[in-house]
Amino acid sequence: MGLTGLDIFKQLPKTNTGDCGFPTCLAFAMAMAAGKASLDKCPHVTEEAKETLGAAAAPPIKLVKVGTGDTVVELGDETELFRHDKRFYHPTAIAVAIKDTEDVAAKVANFNELEFDRVGLHYVTDMVALTNASGDAAKFKAAAEAVVAGTKKPFILISEDVAALEAAASAVADSKPLLYAATNDNYEAMTALAQKYSCPLAVKGNGLADLSELVEKITKLGYKDLVLDSGNRETSQVLADLTQIRRSAIRKRFRPFGYPTMAFTTKEDAMEEIVQAGVYLSKYAGIVVLKADKKENLLPLESWRQNLFTDPQKPIQVEPKAVAIGDVTPDSPVYITTNFSLTYYIVEGEVEGSKVPSYIVPVNTDGISVLTAWAAGKLTGESIAKALQINDMESKVNHKTLVLPGYVAVLSGSTEEATGWNIKVGPREASGITKFAKENFAK
Amino acid sequence: MAFNAVKEKYRSKVGEVVLGATKEQGGTRAYTITVGGEAALPFLHFEGDIPNRPVVALEIWDVEPTDWNDCFKPFYADVWNDPAAWAKKCVEEFGADLIVLRFKGADPDIKDASPEDCAKVVKDVLAAVGCPLVVIGCGKPEKDNLVLPLVAETAAGENLLLGVAEQDNYKSLTAACMVHKHNIIAQSPIDINICKQLNILITDMNLPANRIVIDPTIAALGYGVEYGYSIMERARNGALQGDNMLGMPMIGNVGFEVWRTKEANASAADFPAWGEQETRGILWEATTAMALLQAGIDVVVMRHPKAATLIKQNIEELMVKTSFDE
Repeated sequence: MGLTGLDIFKQLPKTNTGDCGFPTCLAFAMAMAAGKASLDKCPHVTEEAKETLGAAAAPPIKLVKVGTGDTVVELGDETELFRHDKRFYHPTAIAVAIKDTEDVAAKVANFNELEFDRVGLHYVTDMVALTNASGDAAKFKAAAEAVVAGTKKPFILISEDVAALEAAASAVADSKPLLYAATNDNYEAMTALAQKYSCPLAVKGNGLADLSELVEKITKLGYKDLVLDSGNRETSQVLADLTQIRRSAIRKRFRPFGYPTMAFTTKEDAMEEIVQAGVYLSKYAGIVVLKADKKENLLPLESWRQNLFTDPQKPIQVEPKAVAIGDVTPDSPVYITTNFSLTYYIVEGEVEGSKVPSYIVPVNTDGISVLTAWAAGKLTGESIAKALQINDMESKVNHKTLVLPGYVAVLSGSTEEATGWNIKVGPREASGITKFAKENFAK
Repeated sequence: MAFNAVKEKYRSKVGEVVLGATKEQGGTRAYTITVGGEAALPFLHFEGDIPNRPVVALEIWDVEPTDWNDCFKPFYADVWNDPAAWAKKCVEEFGADLIVLRFKGADPDIKDASPEDCAKVVKDVLAAVGCPLVVIGCGKPEKDNLVLPLVAETAAGENLLLGVAEQDNYKSLTAACMVHKHNIIAQSPIDINICKQLNILITDMNLPANRIVIDPTIAALGYGVEYGYSIMERARNGALQGDNMLGMPMIGNVGFEVWRTKEANASAADFPAWGEQETRGILWEATTAMALLQAGIDVVVMRHPKAATLIKQNIEELMVKTSFDE
């Protein structure tokens, strides 16, 4: 902990091979000191140096995996407090709680349906959180088996009773569930259980001071695949706890908190639950466990997750391919926009809403919006001509009129020249498309 | 290795803005509302004082909205042809802290209501409710520059919050706020430099910084809310680190943006995979507001009464003090 860039540099080979992705060993050392690179990127470092640099080389927050195969959930390994400083990497996993006293198979079948398609992206509800509400070990085990039979997705086994957790874990350990939870009362047995089955282990403290001590006891037993729960449940306190865990790990390299976190909602009303879960998702929870299991509840939460974890430096793009909206005919209008995902989908929504079947041609502007693309010289008569040509629009429609976004009316002349098409200037805002379409294209 | 809470040391705090004026202060409001004043990041009570909770406004129009989703009818259909009754219902039944009156009807393409008509509506609404009032124009500068100065004059002394001022159209509104003693919404297009620049321009005209509320422009969930979120986070960090020209409270038109989206409005019949419409719409609005609260918004402008209630409750829970001192 607390090694400077120069301390680290002394241990590196100083050969500047660039194999780590940084131009020099010094640059690499500085990035490591800032927690933005890890030692395993250097293929030439000596074993001796590896040991010396142990703490400094480890990422500030350990990567922990729950589950196996394609649906494995990766938690932690974050480097920032604010997304605008770089980006967040591992989206908060959303876990839906199911009790072993319920019809587990039916609940899991419903859980499997909680996936969404919107704006060309696929959203997934990640995990089941199975609780031992019955208090009965055999029942918990049977329920765990029902979860495995019903879904390939990862799950959490929730019971502080070691015997019950062992009964369930022994039956489904191959699925690598998260075992919840080690507490002050049971941590030795729970750690042994997690070690025996190589499953990640949740640690539930009684506030942060207690949690840090408990984590140290468990890591001394040699187990480090951990997920942290402060044990608090009040919204304001959980926000404070999650923030402190993240800050301590990143700013202070406080090792006991160098693990992903989890939080539980307490609300009974599904809408209140989503708002509470949203707070934890916004501020650093690795997993949020909730009960809400309806589509109208989870779609808004998962949309926020998608927005929050987007790379702020890299706009999301759509394929620059012409899209037919509705039952198009050779008479259908042709709208020009850019391939910035946000721009495209707003235009798509409005064109759809106008109920006039149309083509939308997203010009490849490297994913930037209309005005920005125009200013950057990426939305030009030439790039529009190219888009029309690539998409073979001349054979798709029997007219030669295209609708240009109102903000770039100034491009009319050059576009007419470059494409040979006639220009109709559309509205400045997409929200004007319905009115525009009715006035211009309605039969 | 014992745990010690990591507390940031900030050089400054967000300025406070007072909205409304009571009789003693020259207005007619039953109470005033103070926004801003945070000495910490949102709801992190353990590192600084958060003297004022964020407030929840409901948005009303001067004309009956014809394109609002049917799910609003049970709440507003009996009042939305009468702004005064509408405002009263929002405050008394739906618990709005304050009212945002949007002059949609002043839009030349909608009803082209005259500045005199608008001023009368403001008077009626002020007479109907005791809460502070926010007034926003139709969004077309030529028209707003006629409407808002007359509103400012008519409501002199009421200490309204008037908007919006933009980088290329701030002078007439700033002057009106100066003369008639109101507060101003400074709106910038998701750009922190313009946000700051506009505050400098307005204060250069001698309107004090404690009369400015920032609208950094927000989008709805799924339509770029993360841009507004990051701008707000950056502005708030800047304010705490001592940048006074970012140190104003922030406002966002959540309901207005959210209820334009497909996700809030599309029926379950058209999009069965998205679930039931009204709950989805309410949560689309509440989730947008929840996110912005975590970034530092101070005045959340909502539309659906249930979304407003959810957010008020969320704010109340987040205002519970926390501490890591033993």
